[in-house]
Amino acid sequence: MPAHRAATRPRPDPGGDTATTRNSVSRRRFLGFLVAAPTLVVAAELGRGAAFGTPPAWAAALPKLPGIPSPPQTPEYYDLLDAIRDSARPTANLITIEVHRDGTVSFALPRSDNGQGIITSTQMIIAEEMNLDVDQVRVTLADARPELVFNQLTGGSSTTFSTYTPIRVAAALAQGRLLGAAAAQLAQEKAVLTSRKGLILGRNGESLPFGELTEAAASPVTEAVEVALKDREKFTIIGKPQTKTDAYDMVTGRKKFTTDLRIPHALPTVICRAPDLNGFPKDAENLDEVRSMPGVTDVVKVSNGYAVRAATFGQCIDAVNALEVRWNAGTVAGENDESVLKKLRKAELPLAVPKGAGETVEGQFVFYFRGGSALETNCAIADVREDRAEIWSPSKSPIAAQAEIARKLGLPQNAVTFHVMQGGGSFGRRLFFDGALEAAEVSKKMGKPVKLMWTRADDARQGRAHPMATSRIRAQITKDSVLSFEQRHTSVACEINPGFSEAITANAQKAPMGNLTVSEIIWELTQVTPYEFGNSTRLLNEVDMRFNTSATRNIYSPDVATARELMVDQIAAKMGKDPYEFRAQFTKLDRWRKVLDRAAKEADWGKSMERGTAQGIGMHVEYKGAAACVVEIDCRPDMVNRKIRQGRTGARVTKVTYVVDIGLVINPRGVEAQMMGGINDALAMTLTSSLHLDDGHFIEASWDNYFYTRQWNTPCVMNIVVIDDSESPEPGGVGEFGLAATCGAVACAYARATGEVPEYFPINHKESLPFEPYPTVPPIPPSPSNGLEHTY
Amino acid sequence: MPTQTFTLNGECVTVDVDDDVRLLWVIRDLLGVTGPKYGCGINVCKACTSHINGKAFNPCSVPVGDIKESDKITTIEGLADTVDDDLHPMQQAWIDHDVAQCGYCQPGQIMAAVAKVRQCQDEDRDVDDDAIEEIRNICRCGTYNRIREAIKAGAEEM
Repeated sequence: MPAHRAATRPRPDPGGDTATTRNSVSRRRFLGFLVAAPTLVVAAELGRGAAFGTPPAWAAALPKLPGIPSPPQTPEYYDLLDAIRDSARPTANLITIEVHRDGTVSFALPRSDNGQGIITSTQMIIAEEMNLDVDQVRVTLADARPELVFNQLTGGSSTTFSTYTPIRVAAALAQGRLLGAAAAQLAQEKAVLTSRKGLILGRNGESLPFGELTEAAASPVTEAVEVALKDREKFTIIGKPQTKTDAYDMVTGRKKFTTDLRIPHALPTVICRAPDLNGFPKDAENLDEVRSMPGVTDVVKVSNGYAVRAATFGQCIDAVNALEVRWNAGTVAGENDESVLKKLRKAELPLAVPKGAGETVEGQFVFYFRGGSALETNCAIADVREDRAEIWSPSKSPIAAQAEIARKLGLPQNAVTFHVMQGGGSFGRRLFFDGALEAAEVSKKMGKPVKLMWTRADDARQGRAHPMATSRIRAQITKDSVLSFEQRHTSVACEINPGFSEAITANAQKAPMGNLTVSEIIWELTQVTPYEFGNSTRLLNEVDMRFNTSATRNIYSPDVATARELMVDQIAAKMGKDPYEFRAQFTKLDRWRKVLDRAAKEADWGKSMERGTAQGIGMHVEYKGAAACVVEIDCRPDMVNRKIRQGRTGARVTKVTYVVDIGLVINPRGVEAQMMGGINDALAMTLTSSLHLDDGHFIEASWDNYFYTRQWNTPCVMNIVVIDDSESPEPGGVGEFGLAATCGAVACAYARATGEVPEYFPINHKESLPFEPYPTVPPIPPSPSNGLEHTY
Repeated sequence: MPTQTFTLNGECVTVDVDDDVRLLWVIRDLLGVTGPKYGCGINVCKACTSHINGKAFNPCSVPVGDIKESDKITTIEGLADTVDDDLHPMQQAWIDHDVAQCGYCQPGQIMAAVAKVRQCQDEDRDVDDDAIEEIRNICRCGTYNRIREAIKAGAEEM
C-alpha cells in the first residue's frame, strides 16, 4: 500500500476496523483518512493497483484459431476509464463523507448528474458500507472545487468506475469509527456490536443513533487509517434494483432545474443570435425601440449577439425577434454538407496494407452531423458583482468553467462560486459551459443578475453537434481467416474541450493542434476492434473547420461501430458464414463471446423473417465491458411510408435484444435505464436524426425538424439483459454503453432487409425534407397562439 | 396593463400582464409554478403539457388573454389534487416503473398520459401501443419503453 501521500504515517486503527474484519484478516486493506472536525468526517485515497488485482484482459486465455490473433489494442489493457481514474487519484482523498448530529450521512459528489442516476448509485454504495437504508444517505452535487484538479469531470461513463472504491473506503472508515465510539460508550467489545439503519446496536439490545456518536467518533487531527471493506458476499443493496431516489420529486414537479430557481433579480435573458453559425454582431438599428417593449429591462451588445433581459422569457423572445441587427459572417460561411465532406475526403489517411495479399473487402461510409441538444437547453444564472460572481448551471466540468469565467470577468478563480445544478439531460452537452460563460458576460455588462436560457432554435442551430465523419475500412481475407483489418476514421474536429475538465488540459486544447492531441488520446483509449483480424489497426484524423462540436453520447463509437459491423457482415458473407456465428468464432475473449451468445439466444437469432424484414447483430467493447445487440427491422413499404404529422417514420426497428456485461452492477434498474436510453439514441443516430448544413448554418431549428426518436419510432419490444455474474470485479461504465452495438445491429439489419449496404447515415439524410425550414432572421420561431385548438 | 384571472391548481390567481404573453411564461416566470418545462416554445416537444378544464394542452402556445376567468388550469403540481390519494395513479405508476431519468420532460409526459387515458376511456378504446404512439412528447433520455409500461399500469388504476 503506497502511503506517500498520507498526511501521517498510517496505522491500524482500533476504531477503523469493521466488526467483520477479524474473520477475514487476509482481505486487502485500504487507506482512509480521518479528517480533523468536530463531528465525524472521513475521506479516502486510492493507491494504484490496490483496488483490483485483476490481470489485464489480454492476459486472459486467448481464443482458439482460426482467427489470426490481433495484438491487444490499447483499451484492452488501459482505457479512458483508467485514465480518468488515474488522473483523479492524487486528490481522491479530498472526497469526504460526513456524519451529522441529526444522524444523517452526507456526501457532496464531485460529479454531475443529468439523469444517469449516479446520485442514487452513490447513495447505494455508501448505504451498503454503512448498513443504512438508501434514503438515509444524502448525496448532493459539489460546487466547483479547483483543488480537485482532475477529479471533477463527469464524462466517458467513468463516474462509478473512478469513485466506487474511494467512496467505499470512506464509508467503511466512518462505520468503523462509529462502532468504536459505541463500544467505548457501552463498554462492550466492538466485535459484538452491529449496525443497522443508522443505529449501532449493542449486545443487550441497546441502540445508539449515529447522530449521538458522531462527536465521539470524530478525530481532532487528520490522520491516515487502514480499513477493510465489506465482503461482496454480504452485499444487500449493491446489485439489487433501486428506483431513483428523486423519482417522487420528478413526478410531482418538485425537482428544480436551473431555470426553475428563483434567485433575486435574476430575470429571464435571451441572446439574439446570428443567422450564420458563430456569426457575431456589427450593430443594431432599433435598440431604443426594443428597450421600450413590454417587460424589457435591458438590451446590451455582447460578443455573439444582443442580450435581452425581461420580466418573462416570452417577452425576451419577442424583443429578440424585433431587433434589427447587422451581422458579421460566421465561421463556416457559405459551407454546406457536400463542401465539408469534400474537405474531409482530402484529409483521409491512406489504407496501408496493399491490395492483393488476399481477397480485398472494402467499404466507405459517411456520417452526417447530428445534434447534441438535451431537452433542457443551455442555461445558467449569473450574478456578477465588482469583486465576485456566483453561477448556477449544469456542468460536467465545473472547474474549467470556473477558471474560464474568472478569466473572462478579470476575477481570481476563487472569487467565482460555481454551483453545479442537475441537468435536464447531457449527452455530452454539459461537458461544456457555453451558457454559463455567456451568462457571466451578460450579467457583468448589465450590472444585474440574469437567468440566461438558449431558445430551442439557438440550441439546435448554434449548439454543439456530433461532428461529420467518414469511416473507411479495408480487410484482406482468405477462405477462412482475416489477414488484416484497417479502419480509418476522419472527422470534423470533435472538441474534447475542456480536456480532462480542469484548467490545464482545457487550455492545452486551445493551442494549435491541441485538440487533435486530446482527441487522439480519447480515440486511442476508447476504440477496440473486438475480433481476431490479424493486423488490425484503427486510426483517427480530424479536420478543424471551426464548427461547434462535442463528444455527444459515446463519442466516436456509434459511427466507428456502424462501419465496422457492416464490414464484419460483408466479410462473413464472403466466407459463407452466418453473421452471428462468424462473430462468435472471431471474437477475441470468452467474456465477450458469452455476451454475444446470450444475445443470439435471447433474440432467437436466425429465426425465419418475412421478406423486407430482417434481424441484424452488432457487438461493441468499451467501458470495461462488452455489449451485443440483435434487432429486428421492418423495411416494408407499409411501415416505411407511414404518415405522421411533423414526424419522421421510415424503416422501423420493431424489436431490440441487448445484452451487456458491465462488470460489477451497482443498480441493475439504473443500468437497464441507461441502455434503454442509449438504444433509443442509436435508432435516431442510424435512421432518422441529422442536421443539414446549408449556406453556413444548420437548417434544423426544433424537434419538428430534428427527428429524435419518438414513441412511433421506438420498438414495442425491448429486452435488456444485464449480466449479473460478470467475471469482472469492478463496475465499468454505463451511461453511453447502449449506443454503439445497437448502431451496428441496426445498420446490419437494414442492409440485410433491403439487400443494399447503406453508404451514409442516418439513412434518411438525403430524403427530401418533410418540413419548411424556419427563417434564420428573426432567429426564433414565434410561439403559435392556437394551442387551445389542439386539446385532448 | 390588463389583469388576468384564472384558476391555477385549485387556486384563483390574478396577474397583471399583456394579453399576448404565452401562458407558459405567466405560470413559470410570474407565478413561480415551474413543473411545466420549456423545450421548444412552439408546441412541438410537449414538455409543458398541462390540463385546461381536464384536457391536455400546451401553454407555450396559448396567449394568456385567451384564458377565461372560469378556466381551470392544472399543472403537474396540482395533478394529485384531482384524486383522493397523495399521488395520482399515473404518478405512482411512474415511480413503480422508475421511468424518469433526468426528469425534465416527465411532468409533461405524465400530464399527457393522464389525458390520453381519459380520452381512450371516453372513446371506449384500449390504452394500447397504438394509442400511446399518439403521444408526441419527446424524452431525450429515451425512456419511451418504460413510459409505455407505466401508462398501461396507470390506466388500470384510473
